[in-house]
Amino acid sequence: MKKILIALSCALAVLTSAVHAKDWKTVRIAYDVPYKPFEWKDPNGQFTGFEPDLARAVCKEIHAKCEFIVQSWDGIIPGLLARKYDAIMSSMSITPERAKKVLFSKPYYNTPSAWFTRDGVNINPADKAEMKGKIVGVQRGTTQDTYVTQNLADVVQIKRYTTADDLVLDLQGQRTDIVLLDYPVGQQTLLKKGGFHVVGKPVKLGEGVGVAFRKHDKDLAEKFNKALDKLKNDGTYDKIMKKYFDYSIKM
Amino acid sequence: MFDQIYTLLSHNDIFTPETLIHYWHGFVTTVQLVFLCLALGLAFSIPLALMRASRNMWISGPIWVYTYVFRGTPLLVQLYIIYYGSAQIPGIQHTFLWDFLRSPFYPALIAFTLNTVAYQTEIIRGAIVATPHGEIEAARAYGMSWAKYTWRIVLPSALRRGLQAYSNEVIFMLHASAIASAVTIIDLTGAAYDIYAKFYAPFDAFLFVAAIYLIVSFSIIYGFKRLERRLLAHLRPVGS
Repeated sequence: MKKILIALSCALAVLTSAVHAKDWKTVRIAYDVPYKPFEWKDPNGQFTGFEPDLARAVCKEIHAKCEFIVQSWDGIIPGLLARKYDAIMSSMSITPERAKKVLFSKPYYNTPSAWFTRDGVNINPADKAEMKGKIVGVQRGTTQDTYVTQNLADVVQIKRYTTADDLVLDLQGQRTDIVLLDYPVGQQTLLKKGGFHVVGKPVKLGEGVGVAFRKHDKDLAEKFNKALDKLKNDGTYDKIMKKYFDYSIKM
Repeated sequence: MFDQIYTLLSHNDIFTPETLIHYWHGFVTTVQLVFLCLALGLAFSIPLALMRASRNMWISGPIWVYTYVFRGTPLLVQLYIIYYGSAQIPGIQHTFLWDFLRSPFYPALIAFTLNTVAYQTEIIRGAIVATPHGEIEAARAYGMSWAKYTWRIVLPSALRRGLQAYSNEVIFMLHASAIASAVTIIDLTGAAYDIYAKFYAPFDAFLFVAAIYLIVSFSIIYGFKRLERRLLAHLRPVGS
């Protein structure tokens, strides 16, 4: 009897929490800032950029209040699983390893990755003989990291950085020869700074970028998918995109 | 036994043979870094401690400033200044220094050595100052010069007295070496970071590496206990 009671109360607890979870009045979304032009904080501390703008449009669509939270990239998935926030909208590419831990929405953009190096250096990254012995910088745990590790680990030395700032500093300081970066990020940090240029052809990596949720928050993911579809069709998405990019990243 | 381990590993998502090799390389780097900086540290800190213990202000003053600065600032900050700072000096890329500074290993070694020399100097200096005055007086009465009684009387007893504090410094240095991963060195912690970032498994990656640090720490403690039994035998009660 006692066992049944305990089982019943447990079931009830699960049910009520499930009911509670479906009621998405506020959605807390995590960003790793700054990652221009996707997300950064303006001088007033306001979240600005393509993804916060898109998130605001989505939240309006699903009648929820958006709360933005800053979280560094290294701990961004553990933080989601620990319920510090409900979604990640911080340019997270969809990968099989990540999909084991989180639930992805449909992709909402995809950007090419490109090779950057200092002016005066010219390397063809497609030529393995030319890449031999070179030091390649990537951000740890990114799709670029996976790509370089899988394709070039036997000829180059890979240096993995926690932040893009450190990566830029070491390319400038000649500790690395070439870096593989998300093109928009490289454009904002390296090309704008001057003294760097793109070499080789850009590579399209991965399945695009999606919003990440906890595995059991299927209802929230569904809401986001529907809202994103609508924004992509009614022109809102294009309007936000044109504000930040002079090329298309839509998918 | 070996087969069992192998099947266990092949069924494990994270601790595959490749991952363990990655940890092994990290372990080797950590041991190299810590051993080298401690060996260099000991070589530099004994003469510096003698200078620091000098009564002449012009000799002890500069050493005091050095130990004060390096013990008063975080090791991570020192490492950042030496690693990222050195690359910002105009033209350094064209000097012979760049051969050493380009890789992250030597900047880290320099930062760790400067830091540990500061601490070791103070440890040894404390032990030197605590030498009973009677011993020095007796040595002088026998006509020994400063060099002779320092070498025969002061240093042997001071190094024995400093041994316990010194073993703490060795353990601290092992733990402090974890910040080498901040400048792209793949030491034990760097390896754990890579594996964490690849599998998004913070507990597995860091608990495993914590266990390795623990084993190394206990080995060092055991080694120093043995050394203390030998070198401090004269302080043990009779018959123990």
